[in-house]
Amino acid sequence: MSARDLIFGSIRRSLGVSGKEAPRRKTVGDRLAQHPAGLVPARGQLAAKERLALFRTMVEAASGSIDEIADVADVPSAIAAFLRAHNLPMAVRRGGDPRLAALPWERERTLEVSVGRSDGKDVVAVSHAFGAVAESGTLMLVSGPDNPTTLNFLPDTHVVVLDAKDVAGDYETLWQRLREKFGDRLMPRTVNLITGPSRSADIEQTLILGAHGPRRLHVMVVGKSE
Amino acid sequence: MTLTSPQFKDNARAALADAQLQRALSKGLGFVERRRLAAERLPEFEALRDGARDIKNHTLAHLDLYLEAYEARVIAAGGQLHFAVTAEEARAIVVDICRKVCAKTVTKGKTMIAEEIGLNDFLEQNGIQPVETDLGEYLIQIRHEMPSHIIAPAIHLNKDQVEADFRRVHSHLPKDRNLAEPQTLLTEARGVLRERFLSADVGITGANFLVAETGTSIIVTNEGNGDLTQTLPKIHIVLATIEKLVPTLEDVSTLLRVLARSATGQDMSVYTTLSTGPRRPDDPDGPSEYHVVILDNGRSSMLGGGFAEMLRCIRCGACMNYCPVFNAIGGHAYGSVYPGPMGAVLTPALVGIDKAGHLPNASMFCGRCEEVCPVRIPLPRMMRAWREREFERHLSPATVRSGLKFWSFFAKRPALYGLVTALASRLLWLFGRSAGRFRRLPFAGGWTRHRDFPAPQGATFQAQWRRRRN
Repeated sequence: MSARDLIFGSIRRSLGVSGKEAPRRKTVGDRLAQHPAGLVPARGQLAAKERLALFRTMVEAASGSIDEIADVADVPSAIAAFLRAHNLPMAVRRGGDPRLAALPWERERTLEVSVGRSDGKDVVAVSHAFGAVAESGTLMLVSGPDNPTTLNFLPDTHVVVLDAKDVAGDYETLWQRLREKFGDRLMPRTVNLITGPSRSADIEQTLILGAHGPRRLHVMVVGKSE
Repeated sequence: MTLTSPQFKDNARAALADAQLQRALSKGLGFVERRRLAAERLPEFEALRDGARDIKNHTLAHLDLYLEAYEARVIAAGGQLHFAVTAEEARAIVVDICRKVCAKTVTKGKTMIAEEIGLNDFLEQNGIQPVETDLGEYLIQIRHEMPSHIIAPAIHLNKDQVEADFRRVHSHLPKDRNLAEPQTLLTEARGVLRERFLSADVGITGANFLVAETGTSIIVTNEGNGDLTQTLPKIHIVLATIEKLVPTLEDVSTLLRVLARSATGQDMSVYTTLSTGPRRPDDPDGPSEYHVVILDNGRSSMLGGGFAEMLRCIRCGACMNYCPVFNAIGGHAYGSVYPGPMGAVLTPALVGIDKAGHLPNASMFCGRCEEVCPVRIPLPRMMRAWREREFERHLSPATVRSGLKFWSFFAKRPALYGLVTALASRLLWLFGRSAGRFRRLPFAGGWTRHRDFPAPQGATFQAQWRRRRN
C-alpha cells in the first residue's frame, strides 16, 4: 500500500468513517464552495474615511511610513522626494505593472528607473499593491508577469503604491477580490501579506528592523477612498 | 533529533544550575505582556478564539475529505504532493528531490517538522549542506543545538554567546569588527545569509496552514527569510503535517487573527505568504518546482482519541511563554523538539509515554497554558491523562506508586485519615512552632532539599472546615 493510502486509511479508521458518507461530503463541499466568513472584528468594518485613517494608524504602528497623494501623476516626484529625504540613491527598480508604467517618470530627470525582477543589488524597489487591510495595516501584493516577488524582499527599501479605493476593512474582502480576479479556487503563485518592514527579536528579545527583508517600508496611498 | 526526555530530571537540575541560561531566562519573556496588550486591544479576541477552536475541530472531523480536496488543488496548480507515513520516509523524499537537481546547498525557513524528522543531519550525511535562515535557527545551527522555544529558537542565548559564535564561524570577516550589540550581530547575519539565499539550489519551508479550497501553503514570518528561501531557488519544498489543513481562506483569516496576537503580541506578523504551485509561465521569478511533503508521523492515530484536541495546536508558543516550569528551566530540558505544555502533551504521543513520561509530570496544573491557548486546548487535562496512562502501564517510579498506595489506604478510610493528619499536624506544629518552618524532615527530603517545609499553624483543613460549617 502506498503512503498516501496508509495515511487516508489511518485517518478514516481513527475517525470511524469510510469517506463515502454523503452528508460529510456535502458538508465539506458546501464549505469549500461557500467559504462562509467567521467573526470579523468591528474595526474591520469601518466606513471609507475611518477605514483609511485606521489603515494609516496600523501601518505606522507596524513601523511602516505612509503618505497620501491626491494625484497619481505626483507619485514619481513623491518617490524622488522620499529618496532625497532618506539620503537614498536616486534609482529604483519596479515591476512592469501597467499602473506603474503609466506614471510620468520622465518628470523626475534625476531618478533612474529600471524594470524587472531583483538580483539583490537594488537598493530601492517600487511595487503596486493589489489591496490592503485596514484592521492590521497590511498590504496585499500578488505575483504575476508584471509583479516580481523578489522586489518585495531583496531591496533595502520597499515603496508600495496603493490605490485608496483598494483599502479594504478586512481580509475577507480581499479574498473575495482574489476570487473575482483569478477565479474560484485559483490563486497566483504568490500572495504576500506585508505588515511593516522586516524584523527580528531573536537576539535577547531585542526588536531590530531589517532582518532579511526590507529595513524600510513606505506606503503611498493614491487618490480618494471613494 | 536526539531525545533526552527520559533524562528530564537531570536536564532540569542542570538547567537550574546553568548560569548563562538563567541569565537569559531572568529577562522574562516579553511575549507575555505583549500578548496581554494585543488581546486587550481587540474586543472580539475571546470570541475569535472560540471560532479558531471550532474551525480546527471541524477540519479534524473531516480531515480525510479536506486532504483529498487539498491534494486535487495542489496538483491542478502544477504542484507535486508527496505523502510520508514516517520521519524516515519524509527525509528520503526530500533527499530524492534534492538529488534530482544535484543540489549542493539548501536554504531553510523555520520549520519545526524538519526538526521533528531530524532533516539537517540527514541532508549532511547525504552530502547536501542545509543552511538555516531564520536568525534564531541559524544561531542554534552553528551551535549544533536544538531549538529551545518553538517560535524563538535561541531564546536561551545571551548576546555575548552569539558574538563568540559569530567570531568562531564567520572567520573570513575582520577580527577587530565591533559585535557588541544585537544590531551589529543582526547586520552581520543578514550579510552572511544573503549570499546563501542567492546561491541555494533548493529552499525548504514549513507551513502554518494548508488551504483545502485553493491548494495553498501559508508561512508566517517576521524576518522575510522564509520568503527569500522559497522565492530564489529553483525548487521549493514545503514540509507539513496533516493537521495543518484548513478549509478556506476565510478560515485562515480567523486563525491569523489569533496567531500573531497569541505568539508575539503583534496584530499581524510582518510576512504572511500564500504559495500555490510553481511559478507561472510568464512569471519573472519564483521556483520552477513546488513540492509539498505531507507527513503523518503518528498524528492520524491521535484523531478520535483522548489526545485528538492536541491536533488543534497552531504552534504560537503562548503556552510555554506563560508556563512557570518552562520559565524556570527553558526549553532544552524537555529533551524533545516541542517543549513546554504543548510538548508535554505532544511528545508522549509522538515518541511514547515510556520515554516521555516525565514531561506531563513537569506541571503544577496552574492552568495558565489553557487560559491563553488560542484554540483552547485543555492542556492540563491532557497532561493528567498522560499521567494516568503512565500509571496504568506501571511506568511510574516505585516511590510514586508506593506513595500513592500509602495515601489511598488512608484516603479510603476517612476517620483514620482525619485522625492521622490531625496527629501529624499537631506534632509538626509542636516541633516547628519556634522556627515556623523545617529545613529537614524525615521522608520529605525531595521537598526540603530545595525549599523549607512550612510548619502547620494549627488545626487541619478538615477540622477548620467542620468548625466553619457549624
